[in-house]
Amino acid sequence: MNGKKIKEFLGFAMLRVCVGVVGFILLIILYDIFSKGAGKISLEFLFSMPRKGMTEGGILPAIIGTIIVTVITAILAVPLGMGCAIYLNEYARNNKMTRLIRMSIRNLSGVPSIVYGLFGVVFFVQFMRLGTCVLSSGLTLGLMTLPWTITASEEALKNVPRSYRDGSLALGASKWQTIRTNVLPYAIPGMLTGTILGLARAAGETAPILFTGAAFYLPFLPKSLFDQFMALPYHLYVMSTQHHAIVKVRPIAYGTALVLITLIFLMNLSAIIFRYQLRKRRME
Amino acid sequence: MDNIKIKADDFCFYYSGVKALKNVSISIRRNQVTGIIGPSGCGKSTFLRSINRMNDVVFGARSEGKIWIDHKNIYDADVDVVDIRKKIGMVFQKSNPFPKSVLENVAYGLRINGIKDKSYISRKVEQSLKDAALWNEVKDRLNKSAFELSGGQQQRLCIARALAVEPEVLLMDEPASALDPTATLKIEELIQELKANYTIVIVTHNMQQAARVSDYTAFFMMGELIEYGVTSKIFTSPDKKITEDYITGRFG
Repeated sequence: MNGKKIKEFLGFAMLRVCVGVVGFILLIILYDIFSKGAGKISLEFLFSMPRKGMTEGGILPAIIGTIIVTVITAILAVPLGMGCAIYLNEYARNNKMTRLIRMSIRNLSGVPSIVYGLFGVVFFVQFMRLGTCVLSSGLTLGLMTLPWTITASEEALKNVPRSYRDGSLALGASKWQTIRTNVLPYAIPGMLTGTILGLARAAGETAPILFTGAAFYLPFLPKSLFDQFMALPYHLYVMSTQHHAIVKVRPIAYGTALVLITLIFLMNLSAIIFRYQLRKRRME
Repeated sequence: MDNIKIKADDFCFYYSGVKALKNVSISIRRNQVTGIIGPSGCGKSTFLRSINRMNDVVFGARSEGKIWIDHKNIYDADVDVVDIRKKIGMVFQKSNPFPKSVLENVAYGLRINGIKDKSYISRKVEQSLKDAALWNEVKDRLNKSAFELSGGQQQRLCIARALAVEPEVLLMDEPASALDPTATLKIEELIQELKANYTIVIVTHNMQQAARVSDYTAFFMMGELIEYGVTSKIFTSPDKKITEDYITGRFG
């Protein structure tokens, strides 16, 4: 082998090792959770209340709580984020102000979630007097998800060729008609993909809900938006670090982890399906 | 003004401060094909896009002077650009069918103008496709995606789409530059047929094409209209040396 080939081989080998290490770590995590959590999963575990100081029973309130809080997150983040992206990409002039706004949005997506939690307490819980409740938590997570939704939606809009807009305008369509009939239909799958990934991330967050509405132990379901709630990530945190009988409840913690990653996997899967359909439509 | 359809009066255009068109004055005749030639960056596309105000969408762009369509200055404050663009169709350099069916592509302009009558739409689609010499090739696949058509068919589809909204003027920005010789020929024949009903302005890079299809030719350079006249005169005995140099391929 000559030097060029050896270098080629070494380069590839190094890249393979990188992929191998990452894949191995992922497999270990999944194996750990599945092997210790799968035995705990049963209809009773999924559909009953926790009992006896959370040492027995199921995690129904945590599952329902996570679903409710994610729905609230979506109601805030999806329309607002998409609207914002449409404005920025289609209407806003490319001047200093817009660039500043874009930069701020990018930076917001890098703010640690615990900081959003603190903001949520101060703004929603105290200033708006919503109290610690599922609504405050959902709104806090919504704020956290917004920059992701905006950025992903803007990318999706950018991917719609300019010629679709020009062609439509040249036929006498107004700007809004053009956007509604010849831009959005092709951007929406991409917008939804990014949005779902953002929501999946929000569903797994602990810090923003910790201060704003998630409860340690509530063996009943929230009856209104102003009730506290249990959530899977926070439940997991409690079961693995805060519980008085940590060793005894370890299987519950693993079961919770398994349910949580399954839920997030399902959300990501739907995003992948959306993206696949988008590509398919592009090919046609 | 009766045989003049489009008249530019001292028209200037600026892209964020850079003057792209310098005091262009030209009278374009009704039901004739006017070719615009000139080297890259000479402002020919900019001028074409000024006639249907497509340049309005460019940020930082500004114009001075007037362009009259019949007896109306389209840069007057009371003019609605949407009406202008309905009246003045445009075909782009790269064919740009929408990712819809053949039928929906042609119907698009009708639908955005609020036409819902299905039988009218299907009649109009058929008529427009016939006018664009495409009907026989696509009549059996109207509901198939427009992307399945060949490049030349896609460009004729874009012409049909423009015709469907019944424009008075058809602007064409190098409509055949991405097509093979056979498809180009078809487009050129089509242009000859269309001029009976439309005033056509075509920008082209291809001098032979300008000589073949246009009745009048305008030569642009560096944002200025250098020479304008009957095509045969421009190509055989131009008044200006620089026009002759360009046409004989000495530069550009």
